[in-house]
Amino acid sequence: MYLADGRDAPAVVPHRGRRWAAVPGTVLALGTVSLITDVSAEMITAVLPLYLVSGLGLSPLGFGVLDGVYNGVGALVRLAGGHLADGGGGRHKAVAVAGYALSALCKPLLLVAHTLPVIGAVLALDRTGKGLRTAPRDALISLAAPPERRGHAFGVHRAMDTAGALCGPVLAFLVLGVAAEGYDAVFTVSACVAALGVLVLMLFVPGRPGGVGVAPKTSRRAGRRAAPSGPLRAPALLRMPGVGRLAACAVLLGLTTVSDSFVYLLLQRRFEVPARWFPLLPLGTAAAFLLLAVPAGAVADRVGRRRLFLLGHLALLVAYGLVLAVPGGPLPAVVAVLVLHGAFYAATDGVLAAAVAGVVPDAMRARGLALVGTGQALARFACSIGFGAAWTAWGDGPALAVATAGLAISTPIALAALRSSACPSAQRTA
Amino acid sequence: MTIPPRLTVLLAAVLLLGSLSAWVVVHAAARAESRGLPRTGEPSAGPGAVTLAAGQGRRMLFRTMAWGPHRDEVVAVPADDPGGPRVSSGVRCLRFHASSGTGACLQAAHGPLGDTYRAVVLDARLRERRAFPLAGIPTRTRVSPSGRMAAWTVFVGGDSYAGTNFSTRTSILDTRTWSLEENLEAYRVLKDGRPYHAADVNLWGVTFADDGHFWVTLATGGRTWLARGDVAARTLTTVRQNVECPSLSPDGTRIAFKKRVAGLPEDAPWRLYVLDLRTMRETPIAERRSVDDQAVWLDASTLGYALPGDFGADIWTAPADGSGAPRRLLPAALAPVVVQ
Repeated sequence: MYLADGRDAPAVVPHRGRRWAAVPGTVLALGTVSLITDVSAEMITAVLPLYLVSGLGLSPLGFGVLDGVYNGVGALVRLAGGHLADGGGGRHKAVAVAGYALSALCKPLLLVAHTLPVIGAVLALDRTGKGLRTAPRDALISLAAPPERRGHAFGVHRAMDTAGALCGPVLAFLVLGVAAEGYDAVFTVSACVAALGVLVLMLFVPGRPGGVGVAPKTSRRAGRRAAPSGPLRAPALLRMPGVGRLAACAVLLGLTTVSDSFVYLLLQRRFEVPARWFPLLPLGTAAAFLLLAVPAGAVADRVGRRRLFLLGHLALLVAYGLVLAVPGGPLPAVVAVLVLHGAFYAATDGVLAAAVAGVVPDAMRARGLALVGTGQALARFACSIGFGAAWTAWGDGPALAVATAGLAISTPIALAALRSSACPSAQRTA
Repeated sequence: MTIPPRLTVLLAAVLLLGSLSAWVVVHAAARAESRGLPRTGEPSAGPGAVTLAAGQGRRMLFRTMAWGPHRDEVVAVPADDPGGPRVSSGVRCLRFHASSGTGACLQAAHGPLGDTYRAVVLDARLRERRAFPLAGIPTRTRVSPSGRMAAWTVFVGGDSYAGTNFSTRTSILDTRTWSLEENLEAYRVLKDGRPYHAADVNLWGVTFADDGHFWVTLATGGRTWLARGDVAARTLTTVRQNVECPSLSPDGTRIAFKKRVAGLPEDAPWRLYVLDLRTMRETPIAERRSVDDQAVWLDASTLGYALPGDFGADIWTAPADGSGAPRRLLPAALAPVVVQ
């Protein structure tokens, strides 16, 4: 099926007219949905600590204990979302709507949740919605974009998503600026914004993947025939040419990818970043991600998505190296690390999805994306646990040195694995 | 194509959701404004001179939370007449503590893109001596008995999607040299006698013994410890498990603290206890409700602590030896300290 996709590509290009600039309407619509939803979500994230401490008079410490559990549940939900979405000849939109709607419903629930366990449960439900919608949404993007332009399409989507995430806190604090201590107003506005996102999804994203006239019908039908009927069979998916190797590489590299919160903690401790800058560090990464996502996606379409995926990890390797090697960490070093960190996301996040889309047939697209995404997420979670343990045993420097060494070893292994891929044409398109 | 109907639906939804949002924000703004107006039946406050200077009688300073123009300001009442009129200083603090003519005030600065926070060191007339930016939301502050050292803790968190990883940052300041240890986690930790490091170490709730020594909560791996801090040696040594928000008695022999008691609901898990440092025996105080506050010693044998109230919080009091019954001391108040 992958090969069929490759052969379809030339037929698709003239169909779209302007080759470079055009982004399929479905991708723009999904990007808009993500932008709106992230505005809503980040409004909550931004005010939550303040709400807990000042609004409710609670100590949020120990709140993170269940984080791991939520992450594990989120990963399983993502698999379920992928499975449901591919079923019945493609229910991507229905599952995505369910996921977005579930998260939207969590916002008004915050108005009535006044204790930490209940708030924790609402946030877990919010994540369940996010887990449910991720795979079908990415599948819709991949099915709407012409195969040779998928990297660009995912880049556009990720950039819009990140733009929303950056706007959310601004909107939340504007509300709080007008209405002091108006947390209920923030939650209500967030709920309205989330509802708007669901509505845009329902109105402007076609129910049939590719229905906007991108992938010719034959390819989808062929894909469905090629896919094993019956429920999700991860082994069957992994045995498909290219899928297993890509999943293995994503997991291998995920095992050496230190989580964001550790990166900022390391920056703060080793670089002696002033305390007042600490809240700005994630903004640095997000800004770099936002600016680089579209160009990185376009470059990935030209030079190969796997190659850029590996280059992204090289950027991360350099970032780790800087944190380890530059003592004291002057401002340019901090900025360089954040830019490299954002570049890592730009070169890997949407690009991996585009690469997976290149080797998984249409009819199993959501499952394939969910499988690789979940593998990567669980690997990163395992890395967080291991990194925390290494920090406890040896201190932050040695822990980062081990992670850096692991990444330095994994990247060439991944390179070799992806190079010797059984399917030579995969190198060109995926 | 059915674009026009879809756009109509979208436009209608934007109008509807937009009006709902606007209405809620306007309503919340009006409510915020009404908090600036005094209400009958509440403790009233009027402007006046509030100082930390000695020789003006025993008085209690705290953050008043009663509605009105002086809401959130540090106010003073005579210690023997806590229900009397509140004299307002004009200084707004989220958290406040003072000793020997030095005040520590953690306050919010309202900016266009959200509040920022700062720690302000105040002189005896509550004038600003120096201010330090804070990395998060203020939660605890203490001044050493001599007035030389100050410490504060803030919450930092919420930097990722639905992020639930909160951490604390505790700083210690020497007001003589103005040297600031921005993150107490830089101290060496000795846990159960051995050097210990972990990414999840959190520290909060400093209480000073003297200018060189203090007690603090150390949390790691989901548990808490009482730790003894040494400023000169830059060490933190764990002493005892399950102790949060320690508060050292004026004579330095007892520590009042929050203890997580098994069998209590997850959202209200604490009881106030007093630990005798000579016998290491702990005694529960008479308060049966869950207290999430760093208690203060109002005198050698009496504790004060905050509980949720109609206007955010009230200050309650109970004997430190476990006798008696809890009593509401100050309605609509937070962060009390006795000054003489």
